Amino acid sequence: MTWQSLQSDLADNGYIASNSLAMALHLSLSLSRPILLEGEAGVGKTDVAKMLSQIKSCELIRLQCYEGLDASAAIYEWNYQRQLLSIRALTDQGKASAQSTDAAALASVEEEIFSDRYLLKRPLLQAITQATAPVLLIDEIDRADEEFEAYLLELLSEFQLSIPELGTVKAVTIPHVVLTSNGTRDLSDALRRRCLYTWVDYPDRSTELAILNKRLPHIDATLAQQVVGFVQALRKEELDKNPGVAEMLDWAAALYGLGIHDLSDDPVALQASLVCLLKTRADLDGIPTEVAQRIAGSAG
Amino acid sequence: MQPTRFITSDSSTSDRVSGFIAHLREHGVRSGMFECGEILRSLQQLDPLNSEDVRLACKAVCVSNADDYRRFDDLFNAYWFAHGRQRSSVCNAQSNSSKSNRSLLQQHTEQSTNGKGNQLSQPDDTADKQNNDEGEQAHQGEGRLIGSRIRNIEKTDLRQLMVPEDLQRAEQLATQLASAIRDRRSRRRRADKRGERMDMRRVIRASVSHAGDPVKLYRQKRPDRSVNLVALLDVSGSMTVYAKVFLAFLKGLVSHDQRTDAYLFHTSLVRVSDALRDNDTFRAVNRLSMMAQGFGGGTKIGSNLQTFNQQYAARTITSRSVVIILSDGYDTDPPEVMAAALQKLKKRNCKIIWLNPLKGWKNYEPVAMGMAAALPMLDLFASANTLESLAALEPHLARL
Repeated sequence: MTWQSLQSDLADNGYIASNSLAMALHLSLSLSRPILLEGEAGVGKTDVAKMLSQIKSCELIRLQCYEGLDASAAIYEWNYQRQLLSIRALTDQGKASAQSTDAAALASVEEEIFSDRYLLKRPLLQAITQATAPVLLIDEIDRADEEFEAYLLELLSEFQLSIPELGTVKAVTIPHVVLTSNGTRDLSDALRRRCLYTWVDYPDRSTELAILNKRLPHIDATLAQQVVGFVQALRKEELDKNPGVAEMLDWAAALYGLGIHDLSDDPVALQASLVCLLKTRADLDGIPTEVAQRIAGSAG
Repeated sequence: MQPTRFITSDSSTSDRVSGFIAHLREHGVRSGMFECGEILRSLQQLDPLNSEDVRLACKAVCVSNADDYRRFDDLFNAYWFAHGRQRSSVCNAQSNSSKSNRSLLQQHTEQSTNGKGNQLSQPDDTADKQNNDEGEQAHQGEGRLIGSRIRNIEKTDLRQLMVPEDLQRAEQLATQLASAIRDRRSRRRRADKRGERMDMRRVIRASVSHAGDPVKLYRQKRPDRSVNLVALLDVSGSMTVYAKVFLAFLKGLVSHDQRTDAYLFHTSLVRVSDALRDNDTFRAVNRLSMMAQGFGGGTKIGSNLQTFNQQYAARTITSRSVVIILSDGYDTDPPEVMAAALQKLKKRNCKIIWLNPLKGWKNYEPVAMGMAAALPMLDLFASANTLESLAALEPHLARL
């Protein structure tokens, strides 16, 4: 498989990837290395992983990072309740057969309760113990603490995890790892070094139009042109939060649903529908009707 | 047994790729043997004669942050196609020793561009001075400063501005000041192995797995909620005298902590945190001089702050940020622009400190219009024209 064929596969699934993104994905698949995607919110970083799992028709395992994420939520945890219950059950059994003091029996109990059955697998451990290689999406890694990044290093370079009670768990199959980051903080060099890197930018006009046509095939050609032109122009305005591709799709769907065929038709409806694109009060205030009309006028 | 091989010229693919990696490294892209191996591995899967494919592949493998991502194409073209990129005199001086390692292709590049290159990359002092004078004269036109439209082409070598002793002292100071500003403790508590207080809730929760006996004792403490520092340094013509101190100061601030961000501005804004963080001071300064194109020109504080608001503030400034602006406040933009930009920045609920070297002068009144407009938005407005005055700031900063 070449990177062009990967690109066209992605396009068939409704994801238009830039050349550099397609190449980076292709390399990450063929070299079995994790890929780190950085970019503004709403440029389709997370979607890459979803599409990849569709193309490879494999499972998508997602780990959403947040501040305070720790090993027990990300890697594994022992199922304490179940362990307790089985200890109780085993000792009851033991009493019945009068063997409870036998050292060998105790050891077997211990072996039993620290076995695989009592292990709750969290996303990272799940990902490396699958029979077919899944796509592992580690979303918004910049939200996790720096310590968690350090946990990840072992997984990302060796594809193994250490569990004190069980020893080292080596990956059965090597998952396709996709990390995303919004750049709210700098990631460590150690993490960056282990990944292939791509900066995902807002799509240019023609690409965005292609995305819109892929996702909403029934939309008018003129409206599609205008929508994309409007959003592209809006990103050049001074906004707190630039509208992403997802917002653009929402808005196009909303306009289509409202039965608008031309942006200049109905200024009131246009202004009202802007809530799909602008997500803060300052931004909504910053684009009053006149400005929206001006942008719409030059968008076609 | 393998026969000894002699490399007559950089002929094999792996030699050329390793030359490319060295080229990247010289320009501050972190890459090494591992990346070299990865490129060779990926070349096996691609058509090595298709330059576009190779470029994309190298980009994915070698680059690891957004800044490098943006300038990679230039570096790639410079090495493989002998296109345009001028190597500054500073770089030449530093890398003369390693010249033998460089590829023939690259040496050829240098020769072919030498005619122009000499002029650009080795400005002698007089030419430099003349240019500065011209800049000054242009500024005097209407009795106020006018932002130089034409950015000074030559890269001023900041190395002359950094004396080792000053650098050390400034770094020490920066560390002190940074810790004075930065050290804050949270009011909340968090799990900690050696914390001062018992986390009863967690102890009880954990005791479930031990049949109600609190076997594991968890503790908690109030963690550090350190403040993020962001420094913006004005390197315009009027600030040249102080640049020496402030650059060293900036380096001290940045290298002390991973989260600190630093920017230089004159007529445009550049992020220099990564360049400053370089352990090798000389290389850091080399990279800075490459970035500070137009260093010593006019100032556009207002529009630079706007750029900062748009491009960086959204993801770096939070209520736990302290923005330090080092500038004399002589702005060529109208004062409203700066006031508006500062107001917007202030809305992110950060602290803004303005260190103005002119304030140290006797009888100084902040009459520069921009400065007067900025005053209401500042949490601290202080003088800073020598290392001593910087040191004196510590108690004020700690109180913020």
